[in-house]
Amino acid sequence: MKYTVGEPIQDTKAPEGPVEDRWDKRRFSAKLVNPANKRKLRVIVIGTGLAGGSAAATLGELGYQVTSFCYQDSPRRAHSIAAQGGINAAKNYRGDGDSIYRLFYDTVKGGDFRSRESNVYRLAQVSVNIIDQAVAQGVPFAREYGGLLDTRSFGGAQVSRTFYARGQTGQQLLLGAYQALERQIAAGTVTMHTRHEMLDLVVSDGRARGVIVRDMVTGEIETHLADAVVLASGGYGNVFFLSTNAKGCNTTAIWRAHRRGAYFGNPCYTQIHPTCIPVSGEYQSKLTLMSESLRNDGRVWVPKLKGDSRPASDIPEDERDYYLERIYPSFGNLVPRDIASRAAKNVCDEGRGVGPGGLGVYLDFADAIRRLGRDAVEKKYGNLFEMYERITGENPYDQPMRIYPAVHYTMGGLWVDYDLQSTIPGLFVIGEANFSDHGANRLGASALMQGLADGYFVLPTTVGDYLAGSGSFGEVAQEDVDEAVDQVRGKIQRLLAVQGDRSADSFHRELGKIMWDYCGMERSEESLRKALELIPALREEFWRRVKVTGTNEELNQALERAGRVADFFELAELMCLDALHRTESCGGHFRAESQTEEGEALRDDENFAYVAAWEWNPDGTPVLHKEELEYEYVKMTQRSYK
Amino acid sequence: MIDRGEATDSVRPPAAHSPKKPTKPAAKTGRFTSTNGKKAVMAVTGAIMVLFLIGHVLGNLKVFSGAQSFNDYAEFLRTAGEPAVPRRTVLTLVEIVLVLAVGLHMWSAISLARRAAKARPVKYAAKRKNQAGGYATRTMRWGGVIIVLFLIWHLLDLTFGVANPAGSAGLPYDRMVQGFAPERWWVTLFYAVSLVMVGLHLRHGLWSAVQTLGLASGRTRKGLQLAAAAFSLVLVIGFLAVPFAVMIGVVK
Amino acid sequence: MSGMNLTLRVWRQKGPDDEGRMATYKVEDVSPDMSFLEMLDVLNDRLIVAGDEPIAFDHDCREGICGMCGMVINGVAHGEQRATTTCQLHMRHFKDGDTITIEPWRASAFPVVKDLVVDRSAFDRIIQAGGFISVPAGSAPDAHSVPVPKDSADAAFDAATCIGCGACVAACPNGSASLFTAAKITHLGLLPQGQPERDSRAKAMVEQMDAEGFGGCTNTGECTVVCPKGISLDAIARMNRDYLSAK
Repeated sequence: MKYTVGEPIQDTKAPEGPVEDRWDKRRFSAKLVNPANKRKLRVIVIGTGLAGGSAAATLGELGYQVTSFCYQDSPRRAHSIAAQGGINAAKNYRGDGDSIYRLFYDTVKGGDFRSRESNVYRLAQVSVNIIDQAVAQGVPFAREYGGLLDTRSFGGAQVSRTFYARGQTGQQLLLGAYQALERQIAAGTVTMHTRHEMLDLVVSDGRARGVIVRDMVTGEIETHLADAVVLASGGYGNVFFLSTNAKGCNTTAIWRAHRRGAYFGNPCYTQIHPTCIPVSGEYQSKLTLMSESLRNDGRVWVPKLKGDSRPASDIPEDERDYYLERIYPSFGNLVPRDIASRAAKNVCDEGRGVGPGGLGVYLDFADAIRRLGRDAVEKKYGNLFEMYERITGENPYDQPMRIYPAVHYTMGGLWVDYDLQSTIPGLFVIGEANFSDHGANRLGASALMQGLADGYFVLPTTVGDYLAGSGSFGEVAQEDVDEAVDQVRGKIQRLLAVQGDRSADSFHRELGKIMWDYCGMERSEESLRKALELIPALREEFWRRVKVTGTNEELNQALERAGRVADFFELAELMCLDALHRTESCGGHFRAESQTEEGEALRDDENFAYVAAWEWNPDGTPVLHKEELEYEYVKMTQRSYK
Repeated sequence: MIDRGEATDSVRPPAAHSPKKPTKPAAKTGRFTSTNGKKAVMAVTGAIMVLFLIGHVLGNLKVFSGAQSFNDYAEFLRTAGEPAVPRRTVLTLVEIVLVLAVGLHMWSAISLARRAAKARPVKYAAKRKNQAGGYATRTMRWGGVIIVLFLIWHLLDLTFGVANPAGSAGLPYDRMVQGFAPERWWVTLFYAVSLVMVGLHLRHGLWSAVQTLGLASGRTRKGLQLAAAAFSLVLVIGFLAVPFAVMIGVVK
Repeated sequence: MSGMNLTLRVWRQKGPDDEGRMATYKVEDVSPDMSFLEMLDVLNDRLIVAGDEPIAFDHDCREGICGMCGMVINGVAHGEQRATTTCQLHMRHFKDGDTITIEPWRASAFPVVKDLVVDRSAFDRIIQAGGFISVPAGSAPDAHSVPVPKDSADAAFDAATCIGCGACVAACPNGSASLFTAAKITHLGLLPQGQPERDSRAKAMVEQMDAEGFGGCTNTGECTVVCPKGISLDAIARMNRDYLSAK
């Protein structure tokens, strides 16, 4: 697959000056919309997770006419709900040396110097407001006996800045946003469409002006027009088929927007989470994450001996390799996700993995139980232990858990500027769907922070600035709507017409295997070239042999899946291309060719300190636009957690 | 050209697919006509009837002190409050309260049962396994019906004496002894079965009332349920003591 | 190890207006490590290839938290395994040769959309009626300005874990949504932040619950037993108290 290099791209919206003043400056310079006009302005929000739910609620509160869509039967089900661990905020309630600057610093460093300083600083600033907002909404965060909020330290942080609600922080935060959203629905400012899936973007006169959605119950193809469109449709980890994402998570909304002209930033940056329950068989439909907080007390190990098939309890202490503690003495079991994941892969590649297929490592709580007592461990992790036992049938109090890395989060996404606006004017992208803030690797407990920062605080300001100019927007051209509708109908008809002999799921599974094997935790020129051969061939086969039963005019889950898989194929190719062109290793992107002598990721700052923003090209050769990254505050260094 | 902002609502025809689109409540219910309100009515009226039963059983037990004592007690019920108020005033008031209580209790029960039937019109094909409730919980409705039938018989038998060998003119003690005479074993049997139903009804009803009025909590629930069961048992034994004593000739 | 062979009796219904019927399917070689939904995936894949319509069922996160999945398995909402959503139910709890009956949630407030998919939007409308604390973004005071006793926070959390799956309604012989409604009233009513709207919330939510056509609670306790999150009947007691004492 070829590509061409186009003009560099720039984030023109971030103000100059000291980093701590930039968001204030931007807020002040943002134009305001008068309340009477807000009522006439329509904003479409796709997705109702932390980002989309909070954005729709807040825009509704501000007085805009909001139309919100989700593919689930209720906005409360978006996959943010599954986030377990917590949410970071630079509150420094512990007085342990945390500050906005430190959260900013940690996030830039944790992102392996591939994110923007301006964005990350703003994120750290706003993090403080998120906790206030959530508490006021009634989010039942964990508390100390004195009635104040409890915090813990989490994935790669040396300060205790993670707020949590047992192992269900995402659920509680999402319900907060959902309730705010329902309040606006009742108030009439937000119109909610559940069981609706966005299938295309309407662009007219160069601006995003609406969406084409399918009513998943009747199959009706509907057009909804607006003055601005916000995509909050989440990440695309399901391109790997097996991931910790919900089954319905898909790339269609952002991919269709990409095809309409929105650049795709850093598609290859994928986060592989180190602590998931290993695959148990061919039929496996998804992977379940065990919160990373488990690594605070659990110790990761494998047998020293290759192919050691003894049960864990029969392996004496001196024949165990606590490899994270050995390799990274100062961070030990708490090294960032990318490092923990790859270390697990390495020991398994050496043949020291445990469990079926040797694809697993132990996460052992025996020491913690001895040290803290079973009750204390149960109090902290009880629900996670139960979940593990439900799925595996093994009791983690008696034998160590088996864990293995799994695809968890995609740092890549549609390119946006400081205002969270994509390269299509009027198309805003928030939450996991955009590429910003996390660079090449996301720190634990930062996804919730980013989603809510975008939705509650950043987007409502920047959308207003854009909409203040809506007076000059023209009418939406009917031919632009018709063309989008035709596209959507055409694709559905083509899928229904194939009438082949394989289900969409079977193709998806095969695509996922290719991506995992060749564009997964470790990538090489050879593996990526191989993937770039296999994917188009499989895609061609998909369009020849896929079988979609039923019709469009009904609830048709086979059709829904086929449509999503078709888009995953196109995205997968771009991911591999991006991974291939970036010959350095950084964060979650590990190129075998670029590593230190000790096998750590080796960045190439001279050649790759940029965001790769890909432009769709109908002729099949994407255009690469580079956004150079500059670091004025955090000095670029090789990450070291030793 | 399409008018900006119009399409969102107009593109979609009034779809028939979703049987329950956001609807405004048909008729707002008031505090006591809501499901919760009706349950509260049941709880309060139930509590009134329980108080009555306590008095009733204590009175019944006077049978063991002899005919005189029992008949005097029955007379006292009629003369209570005299001479400040005319004969039978207090009793009539109690009767009115009880009739109201029974009526409201039944009205709530019937309307809630009808509502439940409407809310769950389709049965499960798989034989439903009750996961929680005991027998007492599941027999509330049919048990209630049996208790009402019993109540009618009971009034005809012992209160009005219409269905009693001693007749309406007989003294209360005679009505009791003759009503439960050994040859009328079927009366005693019916009485016993019905009282067991009353016991079961109370076993669930008592703690249920406490729960409905919002007075139960996690700490007290187990205790409450146990107390309800114990109370019901004692009450049933108290009531059954009399007919069985008559049947085996201890009281004659 | 060879897998289990099972017979499934599944409710099939083309749409809201279709009468529906039970259909029987055989599934072979089911691994005990499969989840219940993975077993259905395997069946559906086979149906698609054969040109039959796959069984429609709701599901999403498949880790027991989104609340989207739910079916009545052998007469019990989410199956007999306690504190477990359908997606987390694993086939190791069944035996070779079992016949499993699978039905949708049954309640007139949850009309069937297709096969095992039901419309639970009534729950959203109950939340709309008052299941929130009114606090526009940006208006909140510092999080530490109001300490919350740990006991209250923990109890509020217990109620807040409700996933809105609807199993309580499906299991209730009266088709009552009391446990769902009460969980939210309890969650918000236990926190100092929820006090200003406590009365109006209880009144509005209870009345909306009635307006949606749910039945009344008769304290059978079926709901709490099938609740995947083990929401306690205490919540209902609290709802009753708040409702009756609301001004």
